[in-house]
Amino acid sequence: MSVDADVESTETPNFFAPRHRRLFVGRRGVAASTISSVLLVTALALLLFVAPGGAVFRYTFFSGHDLWLAWVGDPSKGLSALRDGIVTNIWMFLLSEVLVLFFGLMIAWCRISQSPVLFPFRVLATAYTDVMRGVPLILTMLLVGFGLPQLDLPVISNQSAAVYGVISLTMCYSAYVAEVIRAGIYSVPHGQLLAARSLGLTQVSTMRRVILPQAIRNVIPPLLNDFISLQKDTAIVSVLGAIEVVRAAEIYSATNFNESGLTLAAIFFIVLTIPMTRFTDRLIAKDRAKRLAHE
Amino acid sequence: MEGVVKRFGEHDVLQGVSIQLHRHEVVCLIGASGSGKSTLLRCANLLETIDAGHVRLFGQELVDPRIDPDLVRRHIGMVFQSFNLFPHLDVLENILLGPVRALKRSREEVESEALALLERIGLKDRAHDFPDRLSGGQQQRVAIVRSLAMRPSLLLLDEVTSALDPTLVGEVLDLLRDLAHQGTTMLIATHEMNFARDVAHQVVYLDAGVLVEQGTPAALFTNPQHESTRNFLQRVR
Repeated sequence: MSVDADVESTETPNFFAPRHRRLFVGRRGVAASTISSVLLVTALALLLFVAPGGAVFRYTFFSGHDLWLAWVGDPSKGLSALRDGIVTNIWMFLLSEVLVLFFGLMIAWCRISQSPVLFPFRVLATAYTDVMRGVPLILTMLLVGFGLPQLDLPVISNQSAAVYGVISLTMCYSAYVAEVIRAGIYSVPHGQLLAARSLGLTQVSTMRRVILPQAIRNVIPPLLNDFISLQKDTAIVSVLGAIEVVRAAEIYSATNFNESGLTLAAIFFIVLTIPMTRFTDRLIAKDRAKRLAHE
Repeated sequence: MEGVVKRFGEHDVLQGVSIQLHRHEVVCLIGASGSGKSTLLRCANLLETIDAGHVRLFGQELVDPRIDPDLVRRHIGMVFQSFNLFPHLDVLENILLGPVRALKRSREEVESEALALLERIGLKDRAHDFPDRLSGGQQQRVAIVRSLAMRPSLLLLDEVTSALDPTLVGEVLDLLRDLAHQGTTMLIATHEMNFARDVAHQVVYLDAGVLVEQGTPAALFTNPQHESTRNFLQRVR
């Protein structure tokens, strides 16, 4: 395409970018990014090595000896291994995620249903999401962890701290996930519902075969976001005394006056969430590419 | 349908409309957008509850709380302006969903029927494609086949060519002509006047929720009795 300049205009417009914006184009861009990366890393390293307390800091948080000791533990000194704690965190979040999906779905269903039979559930579900999103997780955790045992009920009151942790996580995150799923259900075009119902599908089949498959697909990114958050919040179960990774690290630092265990715990959570984060990013990118391709 | 009244808030979308369809008959609803054509179709398969009047199918009153709308809808197919194919299912699964899940028919049996229907519209090789991969005309023909797979006694079509590229309108109308010649009972809301003239046994003109005029296409198109019908026909020509 070419457009000739307007015959009446006397001046040819100048399309060149100003000089300062041409600095980082092409090869120069690569150089610029290398230099800025080196500068940033050096600055961070300087903070560790040049700061007045740098040496103490490095010993307290990055002592190789303590990192190893915290990892393997020492039963004779009553030190739980972080590698055992990690297992607790992992089963807690895996179990919670399954339960959260189930209850989140149920709560979302109650909230959107128009059936008169579900009326009390609808009110309850609304109140529940309001309350559970309002109360800080750590409080829910303390109330459940110290409250349920006091009820003196047969099975419910005799569980381990980790189980109360799973219950609290499920209670809290079901409320969040219910809202995400509800938004997903509303994002499915109304025509889908009309088409399904006019085929004579019942309300339940319509939900299961037509609406939910599309709704869940639409909310996978925010859903995974909540799951990443849940994985990290298994650390809060430490307030109930469950020997998960953070609690084990705390015991280690209280005994040996060295915080390297906490560093190790932090590394564990990073290693755990990075694949999940990347996976989410990839899904979002794929979804975006798909949508753009159809425009 | 008799004296059907539908209100949305203060607004009367249908003000006592009565129409009757006989088996093997094609009735076309014409009228400006917002005249109530779509609402009338939705009332016919109980997607909308009506505020007064009667809807009857095979002589059975459908406006009755004891009636299960799902059972009624299994006898009435509906095709929409925006196709509304299920984007997460491929073409074949789109067609199978109703017969298998609503009618509880065996998958194998329905599958061979569905493939035969797809062959008829020349899309058998697209059975495992997802709707996004099809053109608008192909999607709409699949949507029509999807409702045919339910073996409906009555087919409702809601401006099924209005969302299509002009070059794709023909293939959809040809399919509807075929269906009309085979004696499918259809109630069609349309802006395609030539099509209505060709296939309809009766043409009904609606204006602002009122049935203004009704007659054979020959009578209604060549000799409209009412001022508003004449105006409308002049404007669409």
